[in-house]
Amino acid sequence: MSDFEPVIGVEIHVQLSTHTKMFCGCALSFGDPPNTHTCPVCLAHPGVLPVVNEEAVRRAILIGLALGCEIAPRSIFHRKNYFYPDLPKAYQVSQFDIPICGRGEFVAVRDDGSEIRVGITRAHLEEDAAKLTHLGGRRAGAEESVVDFNRGGTPLVEIVTEPDLRSASDAVTFLRQLRQTLLFLGVSDCSMEEGSMRADANVSIRPVGSHGFGTKTELKNMNSFRFLERGIEAEITRQEGILRDGGRVSQETVHYEPETGHITSLRSKEESHDYRYFPEPDLVPVAPDPGWVGELRGELPELPLALRRRMVGEMGLTAEDAEVLTESPELVAYFMDAAALADPKACANWIRGELRAQLREVGTEPWESRVSPAHIAALVDLLGAGTVSVPAAKEVLAGMIETGEQPDAVVEAKGLAQMDESDLAAVIDALVEANPDQAQQLRDGKDKVIGFFVGQAMKQTNGRADPQAVQRLVRAAVLGD
Amino acid sequence: MALRDLTAAQQLAALAAGETTSLELVDAHLAAVDADPVQAFLAVDADGARARAREIDALPERPPLGGVPIAIKDALSTRDIVTTSGSRMLEGFRPVYTATCVDRLEAAGAIVLGKTNMDEFAMGSSTENSAYQNTLNPWDHERVPGGSSGGSAASVAERQVPWSLGSDTGGSIRQPASLCGIVGMKPTYGAISRYGLIAFASSLDQVGPFARTVEDAALLLRHMVGRDPMDSTSLDWPGEITVPTATDLAGVRVGVVDELMGEGVEPGVRAAVEASLGVMEDLGATVVPVSLPSALSGLATYYVIAPAECSSNLARFDGIRYGHPIPADNLLDQYELTRGELFGPEVKRRIMLGTFALASGYYDQYYGRAQRLRTLIVREFAEAFSGVDLLASPTSPTVAFPLGDRTADPYAMYMADVCTIPVSLAGLPAISLPCGLADGLPVGLQLAGPAFSENRLLDAAHAVEGALAFDTRPPGLMT
Amino acid sequence: MLGYSPPPMIDESTVRHVARLARLRLSPEEEQVMQQELSGILGHIDAITSMDLDGVPPTTHVIALENVLRADVPRDSLPREEALREAPDVVDDSFGVPRMD
Ligand SMILES: [Zn+2]
Repeated sequence: MSDFEPVIGVEIHVQLSTHTKMFCGCALSFGDPPNTHTCPVCLAHPGVLPVVNEEAVRRAILIGLALGCEIAPRSIFHRKNYFYPDLPKAYQVSQFDIPICGRGEFVAVRDDGSEIRVGITRAHLEEDAAKLTHLGGRRAGAEESVVDFNRGGTPLVEIVTEPDLRSASDAVTFLRQLRQTLLFLGVSDCSMEEGSMRADANVSIRPVGSHGFGTKTELKNMNSFRFLERGIEAEITRQEGILRDGGRVSQETVHYEPETGHITSLRSKEESHDYRYFPEPDLVPVAPDPGWVGELRGELPELPLALRRRMVGEMGLTAEDAEVLTESPELVAYFMDAAALADPKACANWIRGELRAQLREVGTEPWESRVSPAHIAALVDLLGAGTVSVPAAKEVLAGMIETGEQPDAVVEAKGLAQMDESDLAAVIDALVEANPDQAQQLRDGKDKVIGFFVGQAMKQTNGRADPQAVQRLVRAAVLGD
Repeated sequence: MALRDLTAAQQLAALAAGETTSLELVDAHLAAVDADPVQAFLAVDADGARARAREIDALPERPPLGGVPIAIKDALSTRDIVTTSGSRMLEGFRPVYTATCVDRLEAAGAIVLGKTNMDEFAMGSSTENSAYQNTLNPWDHERVPGGSSGGSAASVAERQVPWSLGSDTGGSIRQPASLCGIVGMKPTYGAISRYGLIAFASSLDQVGPFARTVEDAALLLRHMVGRDPMDSTSLDWPGEITVPTATDLAGVRVGVVDELMGEGVEPGVRAAVEASLGVMEDLGATVVPVSLPSALSGLATYYVIAPAECSSNLARFDGIRYGHPIPADNLLDQYELTRGELFGPEVKRRIMLGTFALASGYYDQYYGRAQRLRTLIVREFAEAFSGVDLLASPTSPTVAFPLGDRTADPYAMYMADVCTIPVSLAGLPAISLPCGLADGLPVGLQLAGPAFSENRLLDAAHAVEGALAFDTRPPGLMT
Repeated sequence: MLGYSPPPMIDESTVRHVARLARLRLSPEEEQVMQQELSGILGHIDAITSMDLDGVPPTTHVIALENVLRADVPRDSLPREEALREAPDVVDDSFGVPRMD
């Protein structure tokens, strides 16, 4: 049992998936040849000026609303001055004391259903840096790095939280659910691997029961949730070690090396940063009209937390169903469309179970497949009406995936409709007669053998038998029940 | 009369009457540009200009600016024409785009002959801070033309072009216009797009015209104003810039700024300005004294705000995307050597001053306070304009000073803009027109008005111009 | 000039610090001149640090514009040759940068 309690806040950079950059009309791209999406503005040629992308503002406000932030009636841009080759103007246009989104709160839910309430300090708009690639001695001479400005100027929203998180796993739970929310808003691709979502963590520890804050370090550049969690844990352990040895944690930027599990300091020999923020004279304030903000509030989709609560509370799903089905906005939409037409719980079972399992074989997603939500609802109805058995329904599903036809058409084509009872009774009578040994075992009380008859019956009827009816008829034929 | 002696309006009339062609005009002016006795030009685009002239001469209908030649301050980006902003940092730099205001003038039929000399990155009041050459005052080749748009002013006074473009941050159009005996105007902040103007101090920079007559200045202005989607701080100019016709000042109330008529203003300058105030009264104006108590602290305010913005604006010159870095084997050295070597002393001084004013621990004391002082200055102008239509003052406290006279004392050089700076801080329009001579050198009268009062200013200046009948021809100018 | 000279407004180490922030390499002589000149200029400017500005808000823009926004519609980017044409050092269709350490 540790005597220390971690105190964690996070800063998340989210690249907005707009059509164009933050301050110029260059198209956003990923993976295109270097320097093919640039213009005088994003190359910072002499004399150019920035103009704010309206869609980036819209998305920043959507994010703010989803995080319960106050939307500033009037916000301004600042210049953050520092020299770096990936920053062509040698200043980043960002926001400083009057960000577009002020205080808010985000509620994440742990696996056990308990809540993690995280205060949002702010969310602001800024521009991304370009891509700097270190050649690592690949080329002789002085050049060691190259810059590609395609990414330079991509709109970013930076979300900063209060130091409200108390464990690495809570931090990751929060970040996963925040990411899910951003995906539902449709504002960003939120890919950690591709860098369209990046998280830094501010970590400090303090004696349990204390309310002050220890010296924090900034854990930078984590490109997966897994590494982030491990990194925070490693940093907590490192800080505990320092304090136990009577040392002091120094305020610095640290890096986690996944290969070794080590924390390294990124402290540079350079002068401490002095960003010399001042209001950007080339841009005028953004003062979102309250009517517009109201409209955007109306446009907010139902977000994962609310959705999961509704799925469990009103639709009869389990917490696990809800978790799986809110994995992506597409899956939610697919499920909701089906659930509007047939029993939600049955739809949930079929979508998250058999449908996804079968589609995984062919490498596609439900909403991209030939099976529509209406097809799923119709299949659920056929099952409910006893028209098809469960095994037959799985075959119907396979048929639908292949042909895109309605389930009843597949049932028809494949002859999968459940047999009526008198036809089935004849099949069972013949089976019992042909398998006297198994019949005797059943009479001797070896109940398990019933499975043998069910299997045989399904085989002979091409799955058109209802397994429960088979069991009942076998017992009747053998035991005279 | 030589073609070079015609004003732009006269050249347009001659073109319309079929008495000359654009090619003739271009050739006549190019000859003077080539000779360049005042060293006004940094780059000349003779072939391009002639080609454009032929194109325009072949058009069925002449565009509004008809094919009349113009010179452009080297602070404005011109596609494929070397643009240096007077700095070695941009030696040989060929822009990939053209500034909006130049685009608009070219679309209206103006023909760019070349780029004019200037103080490096527009920082200076004598054009001596150019990395390339000194420009000489056409009235006296031993003296400065003023700055920073000294090349543009001298080229118009020297009749190498009938008109030109400059940029004005704290007086860089008005002061050289004054020193060269021509008309120069700084419009309302936001009236002309800054897109393509190599930034010095973004919240102050404005493009504007030089000409030998108020009418020509109005014509040029008219084709540049208006919102540009590439400049977030540009505005739709309300209405249209009209060609001024006023011949009197009946009913016009003119305020004379007390603080700008006192100590530091040369007697000859004060005498010429006072004489022109008398002329204004004769034209029907009411002349009253006005006080702008914060005007004199304008200079200090300006020398915090402008360097602060410049320190950030000039940070992009790092020798990576363009320019000529001093090679070093690591980035920090390359940055520092390149910038230390290729920026001139005044630019470095202002970058240092601005970096200091924004640095942590000093921001509130300097930049923060300067911005609040700016508010006071804005308020004082607003108050003044509740009582008067125009404010009058000298444009420059002195006439053109000898080359080398002030280069050793930065603050003495800064004093050259003491009368023009307050107007810049308030973002207001102002025009400088020649109002007489002192010791044989031109004196400028500055008229300033409220935002978007360009037509009022042009009209008043036109009336004064008519009454004064100042001869803009420098003595000894050969054409 | 002999006799009293006022203490400099800015000391040598501040000059060096500011020069580093601004990425300007100054020679020792330049540093000295810069210290004197900046001190002189700051001496003039310093008047503003004592003025009463209580309750006066800052002016960032002299124009009352707000919400100047651009529709999210792509425009043509530069051909790569043009983007790179003024670059002093082109490596792999990108801008070369010296070693960073
Ligand atoms: Zn661009």
